[in-house]
Amino acid sequence: MRTISILIAGALFGAGVTLSGMVNPMKVLNFMDLFGVFDPTLIFVMTAGLLVTLIGYRLVFTREKPLFDTSFHLPAKDIIDARLIGGAALFGLGWGLSGFCPGPAIASLVFGQVESFFFVAAMAAGMLAARFALLRTA
Amino acid sequence: MIIATEFTPWAGTIGGALIGLSAVLLMAAAGRIAGATGIFGGLLTTRFDESFTRNALFIVGLLAGAAATGLFWFDEKQIAFPSGAAMTVVGGLIVGVGVSLGNGCTSGHGICGIARFSPRSVVATCVFMAVAILTVLVTRHGIGA
Repeated sequence: MRTISILIAGALFGAGVTLSGMVNPMKVLNFMDLFGVFDPTLIFVMTAGLLVTLIGYRLVFTREKPLFDTSFHLPAKDIIDARLIGGAALFGLGWGLSGFCPGPAIASLVFGQVESFFFVAAMAAGMLAARFALLRTA
Repeated sequence: MIIATEFTPWAGTIGGALIGLSAVLLMAAAGRIAGATGIFGGLLTTRFDESFTRNALFIVGLLAGAAATGLFWFDEKQIAFPSGAAMTVVGGLIVGVGVSLGNGCTSGHGICGIARFSPRSVVATCVFMAVAILTVLVTRHGIGA
Protein backbone atom coordinates (compact mmCIF):
# COMPACT_ATOMS: atom_id res chain seq x y z
CA MET A 1 0.00 0.00 0.00
CA ARG A 2 2.89 2.33 0.81
CA THR A 3 4.46 1.71 -2.60
CA ILE A 4 1.17 2.30 -4.40
CA SER A 5 0.50 5.49 -2.41
CA ILE A 6 3.87 6.95 -3.40
CA LEU A 7 3.34 5.99 -7.05
CA ILE A 8 -0.11 7.61 -7.03
CA ALA A 9 1.28 10.76 -5.35
CA GLY A 10 3.86 10.96 -8.13
CA ALA A 11 1.21 10.39 -10.80
CA LEU A 12 -1.02 13.16 -9.36
CA PHE A 13 1.96 15.53 -9.41
CA GLY A 14 2.85 14.62 -13.01
CA ALA A 15 -0.77 14.98 -14.11
CA GLY A 16 -1.09 18.32 -12.30
CA VAL A 17 1.97 20.00 -13.79
CA THR A 18 1.02 18.72 -17.25
CA LEU A 19 -2.69 19.63 -17.20
CA SER A 20 -1.89 23.08 -15.80
CA GLY A 21 0.54 23.72 -18.66
CA MET A 22 3.60 24.20 -16.44
CA VAL A 23 5.46 21.71 -18.65
CA ASN A 24 5.35 24.42 -21.34
CA PRO A 25 8.11 27.02 -20.75
CA MET A 26 6.33 29.47 -23.09
CA LYS A 27 3.26 29.47 -20.83
CA VAL A 28 5.29 29.85 -17.65
CA LEU A 29 7.35 32.73 -19.07
CA ASN A 30 4.14 34.40 -20.27
CA PHE A 31 2.88 34.26 -16.67
CA MET A 32 6.02 36.08 -15.54
CA ASP A 33 5.62 38.61 -18.35
CA LEU A 34 3.28 40.93 -16.44
CA PHE A 35 3.85 43.80 -18.85
CA GLY A 36 3.69 41.75 -22.06
CA VAL A 37 1.65 38.75 -23.23
CA PHE A 38 0.59 38.02 -19.63
CA ASP A 39 -1.07 34.62 -19.07
CA PRO A 40 -2.43 34.49 -15.48
CA THR A 41 -3.01 30.70 -15.45
CA LEU A 42 -0.19 30.03 -12.97
CA ILE A 43 -1.95 32.09 -10.28
CA PHE A 44 -4.82 29.59 -10.46
CA VAL A 45 -2.39 26.65 -10.29
CA MET A 46 -0.60 27.99 -7.21
CA THR A 47 -3.81 29.08 -5.45
CA ALA A 48 -5.57 25.75 -5.97
CA GLY A 49 -2.47 23.76 -5.04
CA LEU A 50 -1.93 25.80 -1.92
CA LEU A 51 -5.57 25.64 -0.78
CA VAL A 52 -5.80 21.86 -1.20
CA THR A 53 -2.49 21.34 0.61
CA LEU A 54 -3.40 23.79 3.38
CA ILE A 55 -6.65 21.96 4.15
CA GLY A 56 -5.19 18.49 3.54
CA TYR A 57 -2.18 19.06 5.80
CA ARG A 58 -4.46 20.27 8.63
CA LEU A 59 -6.29 16.92 8.44
CA VAL A 60 -3.11 14.85 8.06
CA PHE A 61 -1.39 16.52 11.00
CA THR A 62 -4.24 15.62 13.36
CA ARG A 63 -2.74 12.12 13.19
CA GLU A 64 0.25 11.23 15.31
CA LYS A 65 2.11 9.65 12.43
CA PRO A 66 1.73 8.92 8.72
CA LEU A 67 -0.06 5.77 7.59
CA PHE A 68 3.10 3.92 6.51
CA ASP A 69 5.90 5.46 8.51
CA THR A 70 6.80 5.96 12.16
CA SER A 71 6.89 9.78 12.05
CA PHE A 72 6.48 12.88 9.86
CA HIS A 73 9.74 14.04 8.30
CA LEU A 74 9.54 17.82 8.31
CA PRO A 75 12.45 20.20 7.68
CA ALA A 76 13.80 21.31 11.07
CA LYS A 77 15.69 24.34 9.79
CA ASP A 78 14.06 27.66 10.64
CA ILE A 79 16.74 30.29 10.07
CA ILE A 80 16.42 32.68 7.16
CA ASP A 81 20.00 33.10 6.02
CA ALA A 82 21.97 34.32 3.02
CA ARG A 83 22.14 30.80 1.63
CA LEU A 84 18.33 30.50 1.51
CA ILE A 85 17.84 33.92 -0.07
CA GLY A 86 20.77 33.56 -2.47
CA GLY A 87 19.62 30.09 -3.51
CA ALA A 88 16.03 31.24 -4.05
CA ALA A 89 17.27 34.25 -6.06
CA LEU A 90 19.42 32.00 -8.27
CA PHE A 91 16.49 29.64 -8.75
CA GLY A 92 14.29 32.58 -9.76
CA LEU A 93 16.91 33.71 -12.27
CA GLY A 94 17.22 30.25 -13.83
CA TRP A 95 13.43 29.84 -13.88
CA GLY A 96 12.98 33.22 -15.53
CA LEU A 97 15.66 32.47 -18.14
CA SER A 98 14.37 28.99 -19.07
CA GLY A 99 10.68 28.85 -18.09
CA PHE A 100 11.27 25.54 -16.30
CA CYS A 101 11.22 24.70 -12.61
CA PRO A 102 12.33 21.21 -11.50
CA GLY A 103 9.02 19.26 -11.27
CA PRO A 104 7.53 20.29 -14.62
CA ALA A 105 10.92 19.93 -16.33
CA ILE A 106 11.16 16.29 -15.21
CA ALA A 107 7.53 15.63 -16.21
CA SER A 108 8.16 17.19 -19.65
CA LEU A 109 10.75 14.48 -20.41
CA VAL A 110 7.91 12.18 -21.51
CA PHE A 111 7.08 14.58 -24.36
CA GLY A 112 10.51 13.93 -25.82
CA GLN A 113 11.74 17.46 -26.58
CA VAL A 114 15.52 17.58 -26.60
CA GLU A 115 15.54 20.84 -24.58
CA SER A 116 13.85 18.99 -21.68
CA PHE A 117 16.71 16.49 -21.55
CA PHE A 118 19.28 19.30 -21.76
CA PHE A 119 17.58 21.15 -18.92
CA VAL A 120 17.27 18.15 -16.59
CA ALA A 121 20.90 17.09 -17.22
CA ALA A 122 22.14 20.65 -16.58
CA MET A 123 19.97 20.88 -13.45
CA ALA A 124 21.43 17.61 -12.12
CA ALA A 125 24.94 18.95 -12.81
CA GLY A 126 24.10 22.18 -10.98
CA MET A 127 22.72 20.25 -7.99
CA LEU A 128 25.84 18.10 -7.76
CA ALA A 129 28.11 21.13 -8.14
CA ALA A 130 26.31 22.97 -5.33
CA ARG A 131 26.41 19.89 -3.13
CA PHE A 132 30.17 19.52 -3.76
CA ALA A 133 30.80 23.21 -3.01
CA LEU A 134 28.78 22.98 0.23
CA LEU A 135 30.79 19.93 1.33
CA ARG A 136 34.03 21.81 0.79
CA THR A 137 32.91 24.85 2.76
CA ALA A 138 31.30 22.82 5.56
CA MET B 1 9.99 33.99 -30.51
CA ILE B 2 7.27 34.95 -28.05
CA ILE B 3 3.81 33.52 -28.69
CA ALA B 4 0.82 34.43 -26.50
CA THR B 5 -0.64 31.40 -24.71
CA GLU B 6 -4.30 30.78 -24.00
CA PHE B 7 -5.49 31.65 -20.48
CA THR B 8 -6.73 28.31 -19.09
CA PRO B 9 -8.11 28.94 -15.59
CA TRP B 10 -9.98 25.61 -15.32
CA ALA B 11 -7.07 23.41 -16.41
CA GLY B 12 -4.87 25.50 -14.13
CA THR B 13 -7.16 25.12 -11.13
CA ILE B 14 -7.66 21.38 -11.60
CA GLY B 15 -3.93 20.89 -12.28
CA GLY B 16 -3.06 22.88 -9.16
CA ALA B 17 -5.54 20.86 -7.08
CA LEU B 18 -3.92 17.63 -8.33
CA ILE B 19 -0.49 18.92 -7.25
CA GLY B 20 -2.04 19.71 -3.85
CA LEU B 21 -3.55 16.21 -3.59
CA SER B 22 -0.12 14.78 -4.40
CA ALA B 23 1.42 16.77 -1.53
CA VAL B 24 -1.31 15.69 0.90
CA LEU B 25 -1.12 12.03 -0.11
CA LEU B 26 2.67 11.85 0.19
CA MET B 27 2.51 13.46 3.64
CA ALA B 28 -0.36 11.19 4.78
CA ALA B 29 1.26 8.00 3.48
CA ALA B 30 5.00 8.49 3.93
CA GLY B 31 5.26 11.66 6.02
CA ARG B 32 7.32 13.41 3.35
CA ILE B 33 7.31 16.81 1.65
CA ALA B 34 6.39 16.51 -2.05
CA GLY B 35 9.19 18.75 -3.30
CA ALA B 36 10.65 18.07 -6.73
CA THR B 37 14.08 19.33 -5.63
CA GLY B 38 14.43 16.92 -2.72
CA ILE B 39 12.91 14.01 -4.59
CA PHE B 40 14.94 14.39 -7.79
CA GLY B 41 18.07 15.33 -5.83
CA GLY B 42 17.58 12.16 -3.80
CA LEU B 43 18.17 10.13 -6.95
CA LEU B 44 21.61 11.68 -7.47
CA THR B 45 23.33 9.23 -5.16
CA THR B 46 25.09 5.89 -5.18
CA ARG B 47 23.36 4.73 -2.02
CA PHE B 48 20.38 2.65 -3.12
CA ASP B 49 18.54 2.59 0.17
CA GLU B 50 14.93 2.99 1.29
CA SER B 51 14.86 6.71 0.56
CA PHE B 52 16.22 6.17 -2.96
CA THR B 53 13.42 3.69 -3.62
CA ARG B 54 10.79 6.13 -2.33
CA ASN B 55 12.10 8.97 -4.50
CA ALA B 56 12.38 6.70 -7.54
CA LEU B 57 8.79 5.50 -7.09
CA PHE B 58 7.54 9.09 -6.98
CA ILE B 59 9.45 9.99 -10.17
CA VAL B 60 8.17 6.87 -11.98
CA GLY B 61 4.62 7.86 -11.00
CA LEU B 62 5.28 11.45 -12.06
CA LEU B 63 6.44 10.42 -15.53
CA ALA B 64 3.49 8.04 -15.93
CA GLY B 65 1.02 10.71 -14.77
CA ALA B 66 2.46 13.24 -17.21
CA ALA B 67 2.39 10.74 -20.09
CA ALA B 68 -1.21 9.69 -19.35
CA THR B 69 -2.36 13.31 -19.13
CA GLY B 70 -0.59 14.03 -22.43
CA LEU B 71 -2.68 11.33 -24.12
CA PHE B 72 -6.06 12.94 -23.38
CA TRP B 73 -5.96 16.32 -21.69
CA PHE B 74 -2.88 18.14 -22.88
CA ASP B 75 -1.60 18.92 -26.35
CA GLU B 76 2.16 18.46 -26.22
CA LYS B 77 2.54 20.33 -29.52
CA GLN B 78 2.06 23.60 -27.63
CA ILE B 79 5.33 23.08 -25.73
CA ALA B 80 7.79 25.73 -26.88
CA PHE B 81 11.12 27.00 -25.62
CA PRO B 82 11.20 30.74 -26.30
CA SER B 83 14.68 31.04 -24.78
CA GLY B 84 16.30 28.50 -27.10
CA ALA B 85 18.33 25.39 -26.26
CA ALA B 86 21.48 27.18 -25.06
CA MET B 87 19.65 29.43 -22.58
CA THR B 88 17.59 26.44 -21.43
CA VAL B 89 20.83 24.67 -20.48
CA VAL B 90 22.20 27.78 -18.72
CA GLY B 91 18.87 28.12 -16.90
CA GLY B 92 18.95 24.46 -15.90
CA LEU B 93 22.41 24.80 -14.41
CA ILE B 94 21.44 27.92 -12.44
CA VAL B 95 18.18 26.29 -11.28
CA GLY B 96 20.12 23.22 -10.07
CA VAL B 97 22.55 25.33 -8.03
CA GLY B 98 19.79 27.61 -6.72
CA VAL B 99 17.36 24.94 -5.54
CA SER B 100 20.18 23.03 -3.83
CA LEU B 101 21.37 26.10 -1.92
CA GLY B 102 17.80 27.22 -1.18
CA ASN B 103 16.63 23.69 -0.28
CA GLY B 104 13.57 23.71 -2.50
CA CYS B 105 11.63 24.96 -5.47
CA THR B 106 8.05 25.80 -6.46
CA SER B 107 6.59 22.58 -5.04
CA GLY B 108 8.63 22.17 -1.85
CA HIS B 109 8.64 25.83 -0.79
CA GLY B 110 5.77 27.32 -2.81
CA ILE B 111 3.16 24.65 -2.04
CA CYS B 112 4.23 22.36 0.82
CA GLY B 113 6.28 24.91 2.77
CA ILE B 114 3.75 27.73 2.67
CA ALA B 115 0.95 25.26 3.50
CA ARG B 116 2.68 24.45 6.77
CA PHE B 117 3.45 28.15 7.41
CA SER B 118 7.21 27.78 7.19
CA PRO B 119 8.76 31.28 7.30
CA ARG B 120 11.72 30.03 5.23
CA SER B 121 9.38 28.87 2.49
CA VAL B 122 7.39 32.12 2.47
CA VAL B 123 10.61 34.12 2.08
CA ALA B 124 12.07 31.76 -0.55
CA THR B 125 8.85 31.82 -2.61
CA CYS B 126 8.63 35.63 -2.56
CA VAL B 127 12.29 35.88 -3.60
CA PHE B 128 12.17 33.38 -6.47
CA MET B 129 8.87 34.69 -7.85
CA ALA B 130 10.12 38.29 -7.74
CA VAL B 131 13.48 37.44 -9.34
CA ALA B 132 11.80 35.33 -12.06
CA ILE B 133 9.42 38.20 -12.95
CA LEU B 134 12.31 40.69 -12.95
CA THR B 135 14.36 38.36 -15.16
CA VAL B 136 11.58 38.15 -17.74
CA LEU B 137 11.09 41.93 -17.52
CA VAL B 138 14.76 42.38 -18.45
CA THR B 139 14.99 39.65 -21.12
CA ARG B 140 11.74 40.66 -22.85
CA HIS B 141 11.48 44.38 -22.23
CA GLY B 142 14.95 45.45 -21.11
CA ILE B 143 17.92 46.88 -22.93
CA GLY B 144 18.52 45.11 -26.22
CA ALA B 145 15.28 43.12 -26.06
